Amino acid sequence: MEQFQVRGTTERRAGGNRDRAVIGVNASGNLEVLVERVLPDSECLVDVATAVTGFGRIWEAVIQEFLERTSPGGLKFSINDGGARPDTVTLRLLQSVRLMEDEA
Amino acid sequence: MLTDWEKQRTERRTRLEAGSRYANGKLVASEKTKVLLETVIRPGDRICLEGDNQKQADFLAEVLASVDPSRIHDLHIVQSGIVLQAHLDLFERGIARKLDFSYSGPQGAALARALTAGKIELGAVHTYIELFARYFMDLTPHVALIVARQADRDGNLYTGPNTEDTPTIVEATAFKSGIVVAQVNEIVDKVPRVDIAGDQVDFVIRTEKPFYVEPLFTRDPASITENQILMAMMAIKGIYAEYGVKRLNHGIGFPTAAIELLLPTYGEQLGLKGKIATHWALNPHPSLIPAIESGWVQQIHSFGSEVGMDDYMSARSDVYFVGDDGSLRSNRLMCQTAGLYACDMFIGSTLQIDLEGNSSTFTSGRIAGFGGAPNMGSDAHGRRHPTPAWLKAGRESWDGDRKLMRGRKLVVQILETFGEKMAPNYVETLDSVAMAEKLKFDLVPVMIYGDDVSHIVTEEGIANLLLCRTSAEREQAIRGVAGFTDVGRGRDRKAVEALRRRGIIRRPEDLGIDPLAASRQLLAARSIKDLVTWSGGLYQAPSKFRNW
Repeated sequence: MEQFQVRGTTERRAGGNRDRAVIGVNASGNLEVLVERVLPDSECLVDVATAVTGFGRIWEAVIQEFLERTSPGGLKFSINDGGARPDTVTLRLLQSVRLMEDEA
Repeated sequence: MLTDWEKQRTERRTRLEAGSRYANGKLVASEKTKVLLETVIRPGDRICLEGDNQKQADFLAEVLASVDPSRIHDLHIVQSGIVLQAHLDLFERGIARKLDFSYSGPQGAALARALTAGKIELGAVHTYIELFARYFMDLTPHVALIVARQADRDGNLYTGPNTEDTPTIVEATAFKSGIVVAQVNEIVDKVPRVDIAGDQVDFVIRTEKPFYVEPLFTRDPASITENQILMAMMAIKGIYAEYGVKRLNHGIGFPTAAIELLLPTYGEQLGLKGKIATHWALNPHPSLIPAIESGWVQQIHSFGSEVGMDDYMSARSDVYFVGDDGSLRSNRLMCQTAGLYACDMFIGSTLQIDLEGNSSTFTSGRIAGFGGAPNMGSDAHGRRHPTPAWLKAGRESWDGDRKLMRGRKLVVQILETFGEKMAPNYVETLDSVAMAEKLKFDLVPVMIYGDDVSHIVTEEGIANLLLCRTSAEREQAIRGVAGFTDVGRGRDRKAVEALRRRGIIRRPEDLGIDPLAASRQLLAARSIKDLVTWSGGLYQAPSKFRNW
């Protein structure tokens, strides 16, 4: 088990009005993302708990790219990872931001 | 001076006479097969032991691998597939020495070991029609050991839906004074249809067990991932729709199975029915059943058959090529030719892609062979008929004189950035380069050459290589969709953004694709059982795919 955080500053508030959303499952090769609108609009935070150790640099690259792509101001992401590949992580993160935009 | 112009016919008669001692007419009892083969085969012969990626002359393979190597040796094996253990035993036991083939899927690792150990002298790895072409040029078989479902006493053969390579092998062998031996499941008074005429068949053996067929083209929808669905959505919207691709071939991977299962759902939402994917050169993929049942597909010609699909295809003769007897007629040579000259697009997966877009399925220690992909996935320079898709691809790639512009085939590689165990699918150098050096090949095995590839689709986006004008642009276009692999992380971010502005790289958001829509709910069938239901119970799924 490995745990770490990536913090970012954002240009704008993430869209939508939902306070909270969950997507995915913590299963082998998959991951669960909990998103909460709990931070100031200029900040975001990704908390990662992963079953697989030693991929810290790739995680950081995946998360940085995601933050640049979506600028999710105000959102805190908590990831429970079961050893998902980077492409799956990116997809889930993108889906979670979209879910926050949907009507609750 | 007298010249003998009939040495081959004389030789054939001698062998036939010797062999007929073990036959009753053309029929040979199965226990006499070994002595028959030892009689009609001579050391050094070129032998085609029928077997491809689907059906196998498995009984004849077992018997040939058991002949006395002091009598039969130094055979030159010229066949589509090295698939069975018996095929490798021929070389291990010293019965065969030289090999020219096309496909080796499951035996890829064993084949590489045998080559390294010097047990096999390799001629070349071919595409299917390339090997067939050589049957008529410099690799004509002396003896063909073939397989069919039924024979009558005159040797007329019924192959059933798995006709595949048989007519081509028999044509080359029988009309060049070779000998044709067939294994069949049954002897009948009258065959349902004549797939191979009896006068081209010399000996027939009924086997105890029916011949083996591999269900190679069955993909369980339950295993399709959301990223594969996302890639399939991008391909449909960004390629099929944009070029109006009507005539095509699909490879066997999960991403293309996802495309097949999205036609009646996502394709329908986009209003594409009748505008794309109407005519196919394709094996009978069970995953295409929902699209067929929804009226998307006008016609399909097949290389071979697929386990469990027989009744469904018989009941859909408007779509498939079906004989008057009611069963499918497949033909690998004809279908490969259709794929080469009459398809506007090939889309398939591979195992590795390099920075020039070259792809290979030869990864460390595995010689998987080529099968049909290099033929399907190449631009046919002999093509002369235009279609809108072919002309559009041509326009995108052509900077020369517009009056003399030629079209281009769309050759699409659809491959996620990472494979099994986090192995990157995008690499600086293909594994096959080192393998070719180690095994002293004259030619590095390349599945599809980069200059034939028009698009690469990953979960990160589509790279349109037709629009690239320099090798540097091409490299950045590939890096720009290679995700978090080393190759992808080595991108020049500014160059990639510039390519994106020119539409050379397109992300899901550039195509208006919502990542939330990339859900398994979008698949028209989410399990093998759903496919059975779609078929109205006509599709009989093989037992290894049944979990109900």
